[in-house]
Amino acid sequence: MSSKKKTFFGVGLPYLDSKNLTGKLIVIEGTDGVGRSTQIENIKQWLEVKGYGVITTGWTRSPLMGKVIDEAKSGHTLNLNTYTLLYAADFADRFEHEIIPALKAGFIVLADRYIYTAFARSIIRGADPAWTRKVFGFALEPDVVFYMRINIEDLIPRVINSQTLTKRYWEEQAGEGIDYWESGMDLRLGEDFYDSFVEYQKRLLKEFEKMAKEFRFKVVDASRSFQETNRLLKQGILSALKNG
Amino acid sequence: MLRPFDVEHPYPGRLIIVEGIDGSGKSTQLQLLQKWLLNSGYRVFYTEWNSSALVNQAIKRGKKRNLLTPTTFSILHATDFADRLSHLIIPPLKAGMIVLADRYVYTAFSRDVVRGVHRQWVRNLYDFAVKPNLAFYFKVPIDISLNRILSARTKLKYHEAGMDLSLTDDINESFRMFQSKILEEYEEIAQEYKLVVVDATKPIKEQQTLMRHIVKENLLNYEPAPFLKKKENIYVQ
Repeated sequence: MSSKKKTFFGVGLPYLDSKNLTGKLIVIEGTDGVGRSTQIENIKQWLEVKGYGVITTGWTRSPLMGKVIDEAKSGHTLNLNTYTLLYAADFADRFEHEIIPALKAGFIVLADRYIYTAFARSIIRGADPAWTRKVFGFALEPDVVFYMRINIEDLIPRVINSQTLTKRYWEEQAGEGIDYWESGMDLRLGEDFYDSFVEYQKRLLKEFEKMAKEFRFKVVDASRSFQETNRLLKQGILSALKNG
Repeated sequence: MLRPFDVEHPYPGRLIIVEGIDGSGKSTQLQLLQKWLLNSGYRVFYTEWNSSALVNQAIKRGKKRNLLTPTTFSILHATDFADRLSHLIIPPLKAGMIVLADRYVYTAFSRDVVRGVHRQWVRNLYDFAVKPNLAFYFKVPIDISLNRILSARTKLKYHEAGMDLSLTDDINESFRMFQSKILEEYEEIAQEYKLVVVDATKPIKEQQTLMRHIVKENLLNYEPAPFLKKKENIYVQ
């Protein structure tokens, strides 16, 4: 693993020397229910067997902010700016406490979602895209972004099946799982959960397609079986690690 | 695309803000201004920096464990501000009230840059803010502000003195170093955003007279929102 110098997404962090970040930042993006987390868990094991140090990092899971976000969401008091900023604060916390130290120590960081998820979610809620990007200007450009692409027809049966939906229902009651906001229910895009979810996902997918071009995501067809998608991801990761 | 902070706000109310380092006397001045405005029959809405419940807990939790990075610290305050803006600043402005804000985004511009974030980044972060109609900056030398604080209470607060920046172990010296840097940032900000600079070493009454004079001029073409014009709704002390 060689250490190509990393660059910032925007103005960067004046107090961070980005020279000694010898690790790799590998991002896996994709919409809700596409199977990112399962793939990441599998890939982590696979890389560790190969001898790489690996950490994974998710979205809205920082010890500092996780609770605050849950509380804010349950109160439904979020406006657009607070929504974007809460996620930015959470990301900043994980970025500086997990991602940066791991990259300094030469780890592979597998990020389950990254700033692109924040862009898509904020933009479909009506945020100014230029502002949203500037807010996240302190982030590092990943070494590679894999986009698990799926169309809406293939996505729906994955989410609306008895196992997933039942789990979701009970976990949401327990304050876990994919929640109200992540289904776009706050936007009231449809009559009920189903209509809203479908419309929300359509809009998200459209944003991801635009970003896939702009930011040159490596697109992986995620409508295939787990095994097939897994093979494609591993292939991509191997070549990213080889090309330094 | 022009953002709210670049243009005059569209609301019938007025936003008047004060800025300055701790011990500059800005809060005293704003409170005196409020008394005068209320007494003159205006509807006034008073608001302070960093007082909403939304992220206060995270800020407190972070401060306690000293694990807030400068960037997280900065975004948390922006989040808090965004929440207050939508609940405590824009509604009274829409209602045509005079909103008095003790500290505003310039506090973040100065303090967060001293803590290490990028100057332009933090300005962009807040460009959703409503542009004030009047912004006063209370300029005071560091020794005077330190004396005022130390005579009012015995101990400096940890973060107010910038102790988390590990500039020095001596809390008074840390305050001096930290606030001096903030002062330097304020100097630039005052020019960049054309803040009204008030000499905060002058007697309280003299500063207040100047402030009232400037506010009075700004309110010449002020039209309260229709429902505030009804006599029974006007506050008379």
